[in-house]
Amino acid sequence: MSQAELTREVARRVFASEFNDSTYSFKESDDERAPNYALLPTGDRANRVFVVGTLTETEDVGEDSEYWRGRVVDPTGTFFVYAGQYQPEAAATLRDAEPPAYVSVVGKPRTYETEDGTVNVSVRPESIAVVDEGTRDRWVVETAERTLERIEAFQEWEAQQEAPESGSTAPTNEYAEMARDRYDSPVENYRRDVIQALEQLEDVDDAEATA
Amino acid sequence: MSDVREHADDIHEQFSDHIDVSVDEIEDRLTTLVDEYKVPIDEARRSVTNHYLEEADLERDELAGGSSEDVQIEDVDEPEQWIDLTAKVIELWDPRSDAVAQVGLLGDPTGTIKFTKWAKSDLPALEEGSVYELRNVVTDEYQGQYSVKLNSTTVIEEREEDLEVGNDTSEIEGALVDMQSGSGLIKRCPKEDCTRVLQNGRCNEHGEVEGEFDLRIKAVVDDGIDAHEVIFDKEATEELTGLSLEEAKEMAMDALDTTIVADEIHEDIVGTYYRIEGPTFGRYVLADDVEELDGRIDAEELLIKARSM
Repeated sequence: MSQAELTREVARRVFASEFNDSTYSFKESDDERAPNYALLPTGDRANRVFVVGTLTETEDVGEDSEYWRGRVVDPTGTFFVYAGQYQPEAAATLRDAEPPAYVSVVGKPRTYETEDGTVNVSVRPESIAVVDEGTRDRWVVETAERTLERIEAFQEWEAQQEAPESGSTAPTNEYAEMARDRYDSPVENYRRDVIQALEQLEDVDDAEATA
Repeated sequence: MSDVREHADDIHEQFSDHIDVSVDEIEDRLTTLVDEYKVPIDEARRSVTNHYLEEADLERDELAGGSSEDVQIEDVDEPEQWIDLTAKVIELWDPRSDAVAQVGLLGDPTGTIKFTKWAKSDLPALEEGSVYELRNVVTDEYQGQYSVKLNSTTVIEEREEDLEVGNDTSEIEGALVDMQSGSGLIKRCPKEDCTRVLQNGRCNEHGEVEGEFDLRIKAVVDDGIDAHEVIFDKEATEELTGLSLEEAKEMAMDALDTTIVADEIHEDIVGTYYRIEGPTFGRYVLADDVEELDGRIDAEELLIKARSM
């Protein structure tokens, strides 16, 4: 077994607005067991994500067997989490949950094409846990930081593409290149989402300070 | 001097004690492979070395290292390198095989590394706590974990001075995203020096035994950049969960099932942020110091950065 197969896939931190735009998925090899990745528009690949937000609604949308859908909201949008018979623990957590509640979700990105050709991105959970507000706030800050890091790398790469003669030493960025080819939403959008998410935290702080 | 000539010289030096072969002859062999058969020089060197090994009836281990280098343990990042180390024997372990004379852990100020000394190399015994200069040892890799092997050409010299050993301590801050099987209330083999975890009441080495209960957690702590595997021993598990071994045993007894302990712990820790400090051991971090991260966290600095980008 090669080293790569032994390595556990990292759980990316990504806000809902960017996650839901990650409609292109790919594999790195032809092996049928090769891991599946969602392409993040800020230029990275995600085989797994860790998200924390407010569970606002759960619904059993299954026909023959239980299939639970949960809406998990962060400052930028909504993650759709689907758990059925193959994710029994996560399905049980959604069944028993009493929204609204803060939850953390570890899971895999999945895409689904609707009849009108729209691609929906959802999370297939490995685990769901009820958490506190502190954990949610920490996740927002952490996700903002990781997202800014991706945007920075993307912009450095972009600058080098536009001015190759400048001799910049920005590293190659395979996934930034892939993102530019596949998507048309500029990374600037996600920078704005980061600012909005952080401002929301700061506002709450200020409100608490004056209260 | 050409590249090929240099390699030929190296190989010649390695074999000069064993067989009668000229540098020119070695160079010819290399040239044939490189020029005619378009074999990369590394592969050519490997092939020619193997040819002479066979001719001399030698094992690779018995070769003199052409050019071994003085390195520190943290710099070991490639297998099959000939190196010199000055290191302290931190621990000796029991060899699992007759082919191994000694096996254990070496340390220097930059970290620790496993060593193996073959029985057939016929080297003097290393003592726990002593510092040695080890010349001509070969690096090896298994599943991303490096070790060094002492061989018959290794020169061992005991040093008088003591050496401070760094322990490769890691600090991780991240979310605990997974708890792996083999966590919770487990049973270990009670045989002396065997602490293997039992599978269905059986020890891999000693067969069916009356196991001894223990608590541990194997978990993944992930900071969004890397996924780290972390092991919590009994003390760390008790501290993390507030659940003692005695309480865990009672819980399992009441439920007539040990898995209830793992389920409870899972619910308690997955999805929570922790700071973990401890020594790294191969791909694992052993949790020495654990802190749940639930304090307030400042977003202002990040906001300034985001606005200025």
